[in-house]
Amino acid sequence: MSINTFFQHLSNGLALGSLYALIAIGYTMVYGILRLINFAHGEIFMISTYVVFYGVSIFYLPWWVSIIVAIVITGLLGIIVERAAYRPLRNSPRISVMISAIGASFLIQNLAIVIFGGRPKSFPIPDYFNTVIQVQGVSVPIVNFFIPVITLVALVILIYIIEKTKTGMAMRAVSRDYETARLMGISVDNIVSITFGLGSLMAAIGGVMWGLKYPNLIPLIGLMPGLKAFIAAVIGGIGNIKGAVLGGFLLGMTEIMIIASLPNVTGYRDAFAFILLIGILIYKPSGLLGQDIGEKV
Amino acid sequence: MIDKKNIIRLGLILLVLAVLTILNNTMGKYEIRILNLAGIYIILGLSLNVINGFTGLFSLGHAGFMAIGAYTSSLLTMSVIQKESNFFVEPIVPWLANVQIGFLPALLFGGILAAVLGAMIAAPILKLTDDYLAIATLGFSEIIRVIFTNTQSLTNGALGIKGLTRYTTVHYTWGIAILTILFMFSLRKSSYGKALMAIREDQTAAEAMGINLFKHKLLAFTIGSFFAGIGGGLLAHLMGTIDPLMFRFLLTFNVLLIVVLGGIGSISGTVISAIVVTIMLEWLRFLDGVIDLGFMTIQGIPGLRMVLFSLLLMVVIIFKQNGLMGRDEITIDSLGGFFARFRKKEA
Repeated sequence: MSINTFFQHLSNGLALGSLYALIAIGYTMVYGILRLINFAHGEIFMISTYVVFYGVSIFYLPWWVSIIVAIVITGLLGIIVERAAYRPLRNSPRISVMISAIGASFLIQNLAIVIFGGRPKSFPIPDYFNTVIQVQGVSVPIVNFFIPVITLVALVILIYIIEKTKTGMAMRAVSRDYETARLMGISVDNIVSITFGLGSLMAAIGGVMWGLKYPNLIPLIGLMPGLKAFIAAVIGGIGNIKGAVLGGFLLGMTEIMIIASLPNVTGYRDAFAFILLIGILIYKPSGLLGQDIGEKV
Repeated sequence: MIDKKNIIRLGLILLVLAVLTILNNTMGKYEIRILNLAGIYIILGLSLNVINGFTGLFSLGHAGFMAIGAYTSSLLTMSVIQKESNFFVEPIVPWLANVQIGFLPALLFGGILAAVLGAMIAAPILKLTDDYLAIATLGFSEIIRVIFTNTQSLTNGALGIKGLTRYTTVHYTWGIAILTILFMFSLRKSSYGKALMAIREDQTAAEAMGINLFKHKLLAFTIGSFFAGIGGGLLAHLMGTIDPLMFRFLLTFNVLLIVVLGGIGSISGTVISAIVVTIMLEWLRFLDGVIDLGFMTIQGIPGLRMVLFSLLLMVVIIFKQNGLMGRDEITIDSLGGFFARFRKKEA
């Protein structure tokens, strides 16, 4: 691998890692509060790309308007999924909640097939994002710069909300101890809704940028990125936002680098993330930045 | 003295066999295919029920074990000529090229290999709980699928295997299904089954009572994957074609749906819901195609069928968590009670 191609792969890895990180945040926030894998999160991410597509090509909205619409709709969808699929099961065994989550995921995915059709659609990319720039002889698509920057901005805002605002404090309290938080006068239901909303917003930002980088839309695109982002969240230590970001970057980078340096294992690309997941689960289930919690009797 | 219940049981089985034979001789090709599918889904549902229902572990890796069974048995029943015509991209590995054994031994072999691999996969991840175990098993089943897609000389890769001889008949599917049902009932009555259910109720308490968690969970996984492998083999020889895409998460979803609708942990519930779901899955196929009402046709919408099924799954899990049967069973005693009540009403 020459140094030029190395930098190309590096920028690709950085972009993919950012996208995984943005989706992983949603998983990790929800898990932190409800101890639940939100299986429908990948599907919520998928919906955001379709909303942009329909906004631009059917309703002729300006590009930036349809992005805002997509982010709002996706955030609402996250809240609706929580209300419909998870809230009725708040006090049920975890397996029931998980089955409901899988049901919700399949429901959204198949509704998307019904409404949007199974045929691939092409994500509308403004010309500006199609340009490739040359840095020291390395040609890099401009989205590869754009994605990490936006991700960073979104992250800073999110961490500000969680660390500095009252709502953020309430979220942290609920994730630490559900019952006590309720006794302290925190409206747990509202906080859970806000968490789902924020997580889905992040997924929507990721979704829009995913479309810019991989413009081929099918209703199944949420599946693999969703699972991989979940794996990223586990690698970083689930429940920990910084961990999710770290895991996302690690996973995106290693995935791109392994394929780049060993072209004959390209077919095993999807297996790689799962092998990493199982390795982490066996040897360090709490993840890189997570805390070890003992078994409670 | 011969137990009266055993005679009734035997009578019931003979009755089912008689009904099946009649159906097998009178129904058309398509209906027989659905009958076969129902038998296969009974086996699959029961196999997932051992892991998810009896033991309370949450496995999402069923499609992977089915794939192992399907591929193993297919590669073993294929003739040399069938292998040559399938493996045109890359020739099949030499040690498999000239092997051909009968259908039943091949099925058994597929089941055993699935069980061995299932045990090997489960062993390192059994200490995980709930959702972590689910996601790890899902991961393994995806890994199996990716491996099968890429081992061209062993599985023919993404092209899959076509033109398998359709050995699967109603005798095989329902014969094995009945054996599976009997096995499940006796497993649950045995000390092993009781240990599994103790783990489901309270893992810590079960461990304190001296139940070896690892050994019993491994047992559940091994049994589950064995029957999943058998089911996969039957499915392969019913379809005549297999490819790695068949064994996606969707297949696990279908089996999970059966177990949840029937009542997680109930054998008779799983059996009933396997039959109902299979028939519904086929019958509702019209939703995806063109609906002909005679005077007008409505263009069906692809995906609508699965929308209905995922809605059904969510509605059941939210409003009637116990499914059809909860953990109850239809036994000879309960049937007797039912008829007794019926007779009283008439009198």
